[in-house]
Amino acid sequence: MASLEVRRSPPRSRRELEVRSPRRDRYSVLLPTYNERENLPLIVWLLVKSFSESGINYEIIIIDDGSPDGTRDVAEQLQKIYGSDRILLKPREKKLGLGTAYIHGMKHATGNYIIIMDADLSHHPKFIPEFIRKQKEGNFDIVSGTRYKGNGGVYGWDLKRKIISRGANFLTQILLRPGASDLTGSFRLYRKEVLEKLIEKCVSKGYVFQMEMIVRARQLNYTIGEVPISFVDRVYGESKLGGNEIVSFLKGLLTLFATT
Amino acid sequence: MTKLAQWLWGLAILGSTWAALTTGALGLELPLSCQEVLWLLPAYLLVSAGCYALATVGYRVATFHDCEDAARELQSQIQEARADLARRGLRF
Repeated sequence: MASLEVRRSPPRSRRELEVRSPRRDRYSVLLPTYNERENLPLIVWLLVKSFSESGINYEIIIIDDGSPDGTRDVAEQLQKIYGSDRILLKPREKKLGLGTAYIHGMKHATGNYIIIMDADLSHHPKFIPEFIRKQKEGNFDIVSGTRYKGNGGVYGWDLKRKIISRGANFLTQILLRPGASDLTGSFRLYRKEVLEKLIEKCVSKGYVFQMEMIVRARQLNYTIGEVPISFVDRVYGESKLGGNEIVSFLKGLLTLFATT
Repeated sequence: MTKLAQWLWGLAILGSTWAALTTGALGLELPLSCQEVLWLLPAYLLVSAGCYALATVGYRVATFHDCEDAARELQSQIQEARADLARRGLRF
């Protein structure tokens, strides 16, 4: 006997929820470049590999600051190979600084999450899926790669460099109590609106800019998660950490100490 | 309050407490041994802080993880990447 079932459609509110279920997350990687003709194809290849293997929806935005070594030409070739829905080129005329490069890149980013990293292969894209996992786990506003905790670490640094690094970090922890173990690191995942807000508020440059972002994030009560990363420094041999950089780091640290 | 302001406040509070106790401004009669220790306390604390800093940084430098594997893996991936990209038509 056929049973008569009156199928009632789900209540209106639940239907609305189903229709408005979360859009797929999309991750935009911002790659500011200057004279990275050698490394750019490699970093893009590694990014594509990591994202494809994890089935992550992504785009890579290359912001070249008028590199004289032909980086832009290589970037255009990569765009032809991987498609312009995955590789966006947003070049600039000359070297204008990191903060403005991020702003420029973000104007064209279609993702709801932004990943910033170095294009010189010191940061490995294989950590990005871990950043994403961590972000989902704690619903963090920011996930920062750390060289100082867990099994994070560095390759290619001599004793002197390690001492300077740990010493600087210790001083930073004491003075700023930032709630993150690696402040000068620049391998991070941000919610897009969080990065926009922070860049608006930050005034410093270079290393100190990365530090200021974390400090301001804490002030604004954003949550920060950490993922240990390995940092492979192939450049250190050529460009030793000079006295100038140390002095400007200290000046920046003291400025943050006195103003935040 | 900025971090600097927090430090200054903290130092001011501790400093004035110490000064009040050592100069007897609070009119307390402390045993002599206490007074001696109190008088030297800031120096003790400074030296201890210095030792703590050295020990901590020393420990962290000694246990700073060297990523040999990461470097090796990167090298082989670079070879793989160059080959694959050349196949796809990249002119280096």
